[in-house]
Amino acid sequence: MTATADSTESAFLAGNNTLKSRLRRAERMRKVWALALIAPMFVFLMVSFVIPIVSLLKLSVEDLEVSKALPLTVEAFKAWDGEGFPPPEAMQVFAQELVVAEENKTLGSATRRLNYSLSGFKSMLKKTGRKAEDDLAGVPADQILDAFIAIDKDWGDPAYWRAIKDAVGPLSDYYALWALDRQRDADGDIVMRPSTQSIYVDVLLRTLEISVAVTLICFVLGLPIAYLLATLPTSRSNLLLILVLLPFWTSLLVRTTAWIVLLQNQGLINDTGIWLGLWNEPLELIRNRFGVYVAMVHILLPFMILPIFSVMKGINPWHMRAAESLGAHRWKAFLKVYLPQCLPGIGAGTLLVFILSLGYYITPALVGGPQDQMISFWIVENMSSTLNWGLAAALSMILLLLTLVFFFIYNRFVGFDKLRLG
Amino acid sequence: MALPIYASPVQRVWHYFFIVLCTAIFLYLLVPIFVIMPLSFNSVPYFSYPMEGYSLRWYEEFFTSDQWLLGLKNSIIVGVFATLVATTLGTLAALGLNRADFRGKTAMMAILISPIIIPIVITAAGMFYFYASIGLSSTLTGLVLAHAALGVPFVVITVSATLVGFDHNLVRAGASLGANPFRVFFKVTLPMILPGVVSGALFAFITSWDELVVAIFLAGAEEHTLPRRMWSGIRELLSPTITAVATMLILFSILLMVTMELLRRRTERLRGIRN
Repeated sequence: MTATADSTESAFLAGNNTLKSRLRRAERMRKVWALALIAPMFVFLMVSFVIPIVSLLKLSVEDLEVSKALPLTVEAFKAWDGEGFPPPEAMQVFAQELVVAEENKTLGSATRRLNYSLSGFKSMLKKTGRKAEDDLAGVPADQILDAFIAIDKDWGDPAYWRAIKDAVGPLSDYYALWALDRQRDADGDIVMRPSTQSIYVDVLLRTLEISVAVTLICFVLGLPIAYLLATLPTSRSNLLLILVLLPFWTSLLVRTTAWIVLLQNQGLINDTGIWLGLWNEPLELIRNRFGVYVAMVHILLPFMILPIFSVMKGINPWHMRAAESLGAHRWKAFLKVYLPQCLPGIGAGTLLVFILSLGYYITPALVGGPQDQMISFWIVENMSSTLNWGLAAALSMILLLLTLVFFFIYNRFVGFDKLRLG
Repeated sequence: MALPIYASPVQRVWHYFFIVLCTAIFLYLLVPIFVIMPLSFNSVPYFSYPMEGYSLRWYEEFFTSDQWLLGLKNSIIVGVFATLVATTLGTLAALGLNRADFRGKTAMMAILISPIIIPIVITAAGMFYFYASIGLSSTLTGLVLAHAALGVPFVVITVSATLVGFDHNLVRAGASLGANPFRVFFKVTLPMILPGVVSGALFAFITSWDELVVAIFLAGAEEHTLPRRMWSGIRELLSPTITAVATMLILFSILLMVTMELLRRRTERLRGIRN
């Protein structure tokens, strides 16, 4: 009797085990399937998006131009401690390599890089390159420095030799410091750049200033609208919501264009104002900070209204009445009872508007003046006009870090899965 | 918002002030859009009211200009292909993310969402640098890849939202009746989540259609899209043709918005029936 019971039990247990393992296998299969479905998108985003950005950001800590153009010189300069002049043998290597580089025309980006360190380096190096074959090749070690000085007297200044030494790479904080208006002096200490080159700290502060101001204005204008939408009956609030969504769906460029048409000197507002006799001369409404604020707030306002509205919709209106019936003044009831309940929406809206405005480029570029350009403008400028990609990458790094910090806060506070799209 | 009959004078003043304030803000939101549209029918190239006469000359200029038409063509090509890529990859990924929890899911979501968050100039500069090194800059292919990457997050988000109310027993039912996974997908899953997929696709399309910064970096003169043409047009001389283009773009946006709204209502209605 007992034996049979035992065997049934063990058979049951065995069956239980297979069921368990089969369940586990099914679960594993689900995961494999899930990963297989996600994989194509993941690979695609990696190749088309993540790798490009990482490879750009890498430029901000690299310093490879000189070592690419003059690899042997870089090797020879490594032995030099940076005091006074490099050993004559290293100069000879440099001279030899200049001849080759001049022949192959591979000096371009290296001269540009060295010119960042000391202006005037570019023309000097070009001149030296041209004369290298005749005047420098095969000069004995004890005369090599004089031969350089004979071509350009600036070679007698150790600072130029040192600039080459400083640019040997492969890693360097040169561009990162530049993006913060700093540089290293002869002793390797971090000092301010000359004031003529110091613009990026100002640009960074200005970017923050514009973003904060735009966020505040959006909040002040967005709160009443969200409140109105939330307190109206649904049929009417739906209609008004469409009025908010319409600009939201219209392209940024179209809306910026509309503001140019309205604000420019012969634009609608100036024409109307003069026609009505309100003012006589066209007012400067564009190419200044005013225009930037007007256009940026217009574009970002829906991002403030929508999250606040969706939170306000869920607030029981009786709370306000209850507070008032208990003797609170209407304003006190609003501030103490209603507003605290809106905080999640307000937090989401302000953070979103702030994060988005940090990276603005098109609108300030079209309606702002030279003093209203944000950090994105200088990334584009360095990327496409001055071709200083290292500096562009360093500025990108700063902008990215700034954005990620606030996005991290947004994520903790709101959760990125609740990102509203409209 | 109605004012109660027992409202005090101060409350009345506040009430009307509030209404005036809200009206002013709505005007601010809408005026630019509605002011630019009539100007595109102006017979003279000035931006002022009252208009001297009406004409379609700026539209004619658009449809007879090779450059504008090339921009339109490029925008459509890039938009359609970017949407196809983004919708396919995004829908599959949303299904996968919905199916199982696994380690690193949060990190995956963060990467997925990052094209929306990372400032567009950084994205564009990175793509410009990297695509140039693999020979994809100044090609429509490069622009399609870039725009698809920017559109994918929107597809994943909208499709994921539709999947929240999705009953997986239907998939099991289909499978238990002998359908293979592909058949189940096309006969059961896809029809159920189609509104989400279509809204995601529309989002991806409009992302590409309106995208300018990446186009500035990646598009050579032959690959100029419509926004890219507008951009150079605005920077050189703001011609009324641009207001005509803007008007058509606004109408197009309204069309897309109405479509999205109808899709949203359909989804809600379907959910209502099921619950």
